[in-house]
Amino acid sequence: MNLLEVKNLKKYYATQKAVDDISFTIKPGTIFGLLGPNGAGKTTLLRMITGIFFPDEGEILFEGKKFIPEEDSMRIGYMPEERGLYKKMKIGEQAIYLAQLKGLSRIDTMKKIKIWFEKFEMQSWWNKKVEDLSKGMQQKLQFVITVLHEPKLIILDEPFSGLDPVNSNLIKEEIFQLAKQGRTIIFSTHRMEQVEEICDQIILVNKGQKILDGSVNDIKQQFKENHFHIGLNTFPESFQSNAFEVINREENGLVVKIKDNYSTNDVLQHFMKQQIGILEFHEILPSLNYIFIKLVENTPVSREFIPV
Amino acid sequence: MNKIWLIIKREYLTRVRNKTFILSTFLTPILFAAVIGIIVFITIKNTDKEKIAVLDNSGVFKTPLDSVKSIKFILNPKVDTSTFEAQGYTAILYAPHTELNSTDKWQLWSKKNFGVIAMDAVNDKIRKEIENDLLLSRFHSGNTAVDSIRAIADKIVADPKVIGKDSTVAQGNSVAAYGVGYGAGFLIYITLFIYGAMVMRGVMEEKTNRIAEVVISSVKPFQLMMGKIIGIGAVGLTQFFMWIILITVFSSIIGALIPHDILQQVNEANKSMPGGQMNMQGNEAMIGLAKASHELSSVNWWLVVGCFIFYFLFGYLFYAALFAAVGSAVNEDPQDAQSLMFPITMPIVLAIIIMINAITHPESSLATWSSIIPFFSPIVMMARIPFGVPGTVPYWQLGLSMLLLIAGFLLTTWLSAKIYRTGILLYGKKATWKEMWKWALRRS
Repeated sequence: MNLLEVKNLKKYYATQKAVDDISFTIKPGTIFGLLGPNGAGKTTLLRMITGIFFPDEGEILFEGKKFIPEEDSMRIGYMPEERGLYKKMKIGEQAIYLAQLKGLSRIDTMKKIKIWFEKFEMQSWWNKKVEDLSKGMQQKLQFVITVLHEPKLIILDEPFSGLDPVNSNLIKEEIFQLAKQGRTIIFSTHRMEQVEEICDQIILVNKGQKILDGSVNDIKQQFKENHFHIGLNTFPESFQSNAFEVINREENGLVVKIKDNYSTNDVLQHFMKQQIGILEFHEILPSLNYIFIKLVENTPVSREFIPV
Repeated sequence: MNKIWLIIKREYLTRVRNKTFILSTFLTPILFAAVIGIIVFITIKNTDKEKIAVLDNSGVFKTPLDSVKSIKFILNPKVDTSTFEAQGYTAILYAPHTELNSTDKWQLWSKKNFGVIAMDAVNDKIRKEIENDLLLSRFHSGNTAVDSIRAIADKIVADPKVIGKDSTVAQGNSVAAYGVGYGAGFLIYITLFIYGAMVMRGVMEEKTNRIAEVVISSVKPFQLMMGKIIGIGAVGLTQFFMWIILITVFSSIIGALIPHDILQQVNEANKSMPGGQMNMQGNEAMIGLAKASHELSSVNWWLVVGCFIFYFLFGYLFYAALFAAVGSAVNEDPQDAQSLMFPITMPIVLAIIIMINAITHPESSLATWSSIIPFFSPIVMMARIPFGVPGTVPYWQLGLSMLLLIAGFLLTTWLSAKIYRTGILLYGKKATWKEMWKWALRRS
């Protein structure tokens, strides 16, 4: 059974279609990447999934049943893009308060806070105010608050911004751990290298519409341009071949594009015939970054400034 | 419901623990006591230099009147209400034409309100003279029941009349009603601003900190807004109850320091002892204080405090929702808040202007109508209530005013909730009133 099923979701503002007929499904335990340029409608989409906004049309199924914000919010943890904490409130109180708002009892809250604070070495922060913390520390606190009530679905909007590599890794490990425990994570970001590293499945949203959906590998396969890297011990005089064209010449190898109707073996044979030693040969898959830019390149930036 | 309770608790506790709150809770009654002290001091100051023309056509007073304290009495000079001032008199005392023991015909005409002390001195004087006269006349007829004579004399009270500038005669205002009404109206005015602004700042803080988004993923926007409004309202009530308790304690301490019979004894002693004059100043201060507290006790405190709490609470609720709506429409810049707040603060400021007018004419149509319209009623009605219910304010007016205020609160909350819901999650440019109005009228 799918954990989350989004069907033909629409949210129109006065002057723009923020979310225009988006559907997708997420299986339990998946780390799901939601990608898109600024103003693509990601935040609106996430807000509908968290129950902050009601969709104009379409429906959301949570664990197979219709999503009811009042009942299901307990099972969702949401960490918005811009961190939200009460600056003047003490950290311990703040964590208790926000967990209780999710519906946790005070005793449960205390137990869970203790576990997480120990894990992240935050025990000494208890009586500090949020304004006394560094940005990275606030980020850690926000993460703990998001996952404290053990939600089935964790929504993280740019969780690594402002974190140093050590803390970044700490959070990343936690995300993997949570996914292993069967939690589902929706992960929204602009940082493509993180997506490639972390996500099992991604969708790409642009102008309110879904333009890409699939596993990272499938998408790369889908967008590959038959580029290969060949490592050679000597360079031939001529690269002329019907099978490929040279895209780029590197220090000890070439990047080639194999033409239609030819296979990798044709390329290898070409060099072998010339008695050139082949050191390595591998396919170059396009990076997500490249796919992303290619797909959203021509979107007018002005979209995000259109008043609602 | 459980969640809104959590929000109320947080809003309440974080504010009540605040140093500013604790400080203002304890300092305000002290300030209040100081203000009372100043009023008493001024009242005492005003007692000197009174010169009263006593027009006694029926011959109540047989002998020339002695001057008492700093009030000079002149028997039957040739003056009337239009000329007394020119001749250096501050007031005219008319003796009744009828029987001596008729109590209600003594009239004291003056241009300004007589101070409490002066009024009291005048009454004392009349009583003494009449007592003496009665004693004398009854002594001749053989009836010497002193107690009954004293009882008759004690009932005699001069009726203060103030001559208006246009020479029409207005009933002398009760000093206490005036002071209490003014104080209550002004207190509501200040608290509406203080607590309304507190709500607005709270909403702005949640919006700019982006905590609103986290909280709203757990609770409904309406719960967050109402939780904040109720929490801060409870802070306001707590402060009032603390004030009432502290003021009661203070005044009972002061009261215990000057029991009435001790005052009397001090008074007598001063008259008989040659050195008594030395203590005059301090003694008068004591009497003044006692008189002030006596005057204040003539106000129906249960009614005033009850109505005050009602008008504070619902006036606050009426405006707090609007302040919350403004807070939700603002982004970061406090200057935006100023300009958006203007349409809300304007009726409050207007109300205080009306109130200052209403306090001198509590039965005028301006006072009556603005004490019924919810935008002004919390302030204006509070100024009128101490003048008496159902005397100055009929029951129907009070009832209608309260009903309309409750209805108004429901309406502003309903509209504000819709503005709030949209505004709290909208970042970027501040919203205009036109946009907010559109949000408010949009179907949900």
